[in-house]
Amino acid sequence: MTERYVVAIDQGTTSTRCIVFDRRGQLVSLAQQEHKQYYPKPGWVEHDAAEIWRNVERLGPEALRRAGATVDQVAAVGIANQRETTVLWDRVTGQPIGHAVVWQDTRTDTMVSELDTEPGADGVRHRSALPLATYFSGPRIRWMLDHHPGLQERAERGEVLFGTMETWLIWKLTGGLHVTDVTNASRTLLLDVHTLDWSPESLAFFGIPRAMLPDVRPSIGVFGTATAAFPGVRIGAALGDQQAALFGQTCFAPGEAKCTYGTGSFLLLNTGSELVRSTHGLLSTVAYQIKGEPAAYALEGSIAITGSLVQWFRDQLELITSAPEIETLARTVTDNGGCYIVPAFSGLYAPYWRSEARGVIVGLTSYITKGHLARAVLEASAWQTREVVDAMNADSGLALKTLRVDGGMTADNLLMQFIADVLDVPVVRPLAAETVSLGAAYGAGLAVGYWPDLEGLRQNWHRAAQWLPTMEATKRETEYANWQRAVSRTFDWIQA
Amino acid sequence: MQSIERAAAVLRLLAGGAGRLSLGEIARSLDLAKGTTHGILQTLRKVGFVEQDRVSGQYQLGAAMLRLGTGYLDVNELRSRSINWADPLAARSGEAVRIGTVLDGQVLVVHHVFRPDDTFQTLDVGSLLPMHATALGKALLAYGATPPASLDRFTSRTVGTQRELAAALRAVRECGWSADIEELTPGEASIAAPIRAYGGLVVGAIGISGHVERLCDSRYHPRPHLVANVRDAARAVSRDLGAARR
Repeated sequence: MTERYVVAIDQGTTSTRCIVFDRRGQLVSLAQQEHKQYYPKPGWVEHDAAEIWRNVERLGPEALRRAGATVDQVAAVGIANQRETTVLWDRVTGQPIGHAVVWQDTRTDTMVSELDTEPGADGVRHRSALPLATYFSGPRIRWMLDHHPGLQERAERGEVLFGTMETWLIWKLTGGLHVTDVTNASRTLLLDVHTLDWSPESLAFFGIPRAMLPDVRPSIGVFGTATAAFPGVRIGAALGDQQAALFGQTCFAPGEAKCTYGTGSFLLLNTGSELVRSTHGLLSTVAYQIKGEPAAYALEGSIAITGSLVQWFRDQLELITSAPEIETLARTVTDNGGCYIVPAFSGLYAPYWRSEARGVIVGLTSYITKGHLARAVLEASAWQTREVVDAMNADSGLALKTLRVDGGMTADNLLMQFIADVLDVPVVRPLAAETVSLGAAYGAGLAVGYWPDLEGLRQNWHRAAQWLPTMEATKRETEYANWQRAVSRTFDWIQA
Repeated sequence: MQSIERAAAVLRLLAGGAGRLSLGEIARSLDLAKGTTHGILQTLRKVGFVEQDRVSGQYQLGAAMLRLGTGYLDVNELRSRSINWADPLAARSGEAVRIGTVLDGQVLVVHHVFRPDDTFQTLDVGSLLPMHATALGKALLAYGATPPASLDRFTSRTVGTQRELAAALRAVRECGWSADIEELTPGEASIAAPIRAYGGLVVGAIGISGHVERLCDSRYHPRPHLVANVRDAARAVSRDLGAARR
């Protein structure tokens, strides 16, 4: 019998990857291409959606070639994508209108703070279960409609379409199917998280015409059949990248959580069919929805700066030449020497949400070496994780028992051990570091019957590494108190 | 071979105390065409012998040049670059995976993936293994690591003499992989293959280890499909580290 595979398209912020997975959920081949980042003004970040589509068109066949497979051996394609990035395009020509506005882009900040005080804002917040913030897509659509002459009228006539990246890719893959999934839709501020459909009131609040929006579908279930890149293959799943990682880690039960350590880090906790509204600065979001079943929800804590602090250490301070060397340097000393780095480079995110905070290095003495600084860099990622976990425990009423981790920084043993130490729970890495892609593949495979059920996917999950806490409780508490004092030093740095 | 002479001249010039030099300055000093000089500099940059200042675009000696003769590839970097291929090896073989490199005449374990059966196992990254009694060690010895002076015996099967070791290493070089069958621990076996970086230089080894009945057939020969899995993983890591396809 010919082997059959599932392909994941991981459309990320810096690159697009196509990954071929086998029935055991193991990576068979990978093709990757970075795309250009446009920074036209301070705080603006853009992508060329046409370039990203061209990359997908090329990477798909390339990944199959590397696997020695043909397109008829592909059971299904799944998509995991950078979330909240906003694409508008012409329904007739298929050409993007301007560049896509990326999730990191803060051009809408003035508009968002104005909208925040308007009478309808509370309703938007309640229906979407999100704070009004530049992070989400809705305000970006408004901004684009305001800044392209005549676009509002064209959008109302249905000539201009909106999508996040998965919508754009499915539209291109199928030659015109205009759909999104509930996880991506839940990041727009426009979705009613209980009905799982666009809220007419929220659309009216932003002045966004319904005609330009895609239909909202479950994350897992056949969307349509591809005519390009993977002709004849069914598209079985689409998920926002962090939700895909949660799914790839098989966190299907309430109380199960994962943290993906990349440039930033994202901790998601499955809260089951119940939406939990955070009172500790976390986001409520849709985790996934399987066709014909109720949606699963999640609490999300995002940490803006983790891997990017290591990159800063490498590129701006030039104390190391490659990111993994941070561990080598950190191991030249046995502790942080009393030094703490709080990377509030653009304010503090969860659970503080202090935009006026800026980064600090505290505890400097003549004793401190670059080794201590390297330790403080790694420890900062762990303490930020601890703060988010504390907030999650408080919101959900559940105490985290194990943290499942993935992402590039899980290669750093010193960091993983330190995370186990400061959380005082085991930290576990699964036998598949590429959980974002794997989640998309799992969803797609599930939709077409390649994998039978969630239990079948759980069977694929295996422990590849585990770090157990070894730090003494008194030391942990002292260090945490020091960290929190360091954090307090970052507040109110930018004065209005 | 002319290009090697020219590359050597570029390195001498940059080491000559002039500090950072521009492409034009280097080309003029050596009386070379700019295009040729640029090609040489790009290759030297790729292997880390030369670095280019991001702001001025000028060139200087790279960190790898200063580390020549000591560590070639940072062990944490090696782990980071091989993690995507170690996982599938563990999944396909069903055995624990380790990646090793040489430290003071022993094998330093730089990466460890648990045997995927979800039993309790402990990470042994950072531990040291004897070179002559492990597949990882023999893969490293076969391609240039210095053999230990004394060959400690761990089991009746441990390689006991330098002559025996030399013969074993010849066999490794011939077939491209290594094995230890109850040479360190009774009942345990391991299979490994070398990891190569730029220019084919061996920078580490990747292998699996487990019960001898699982790794070997009834005649105590390593099972061919497991050997193939190990070699495929070693090739995949090597390709990512820039070794030419072979």
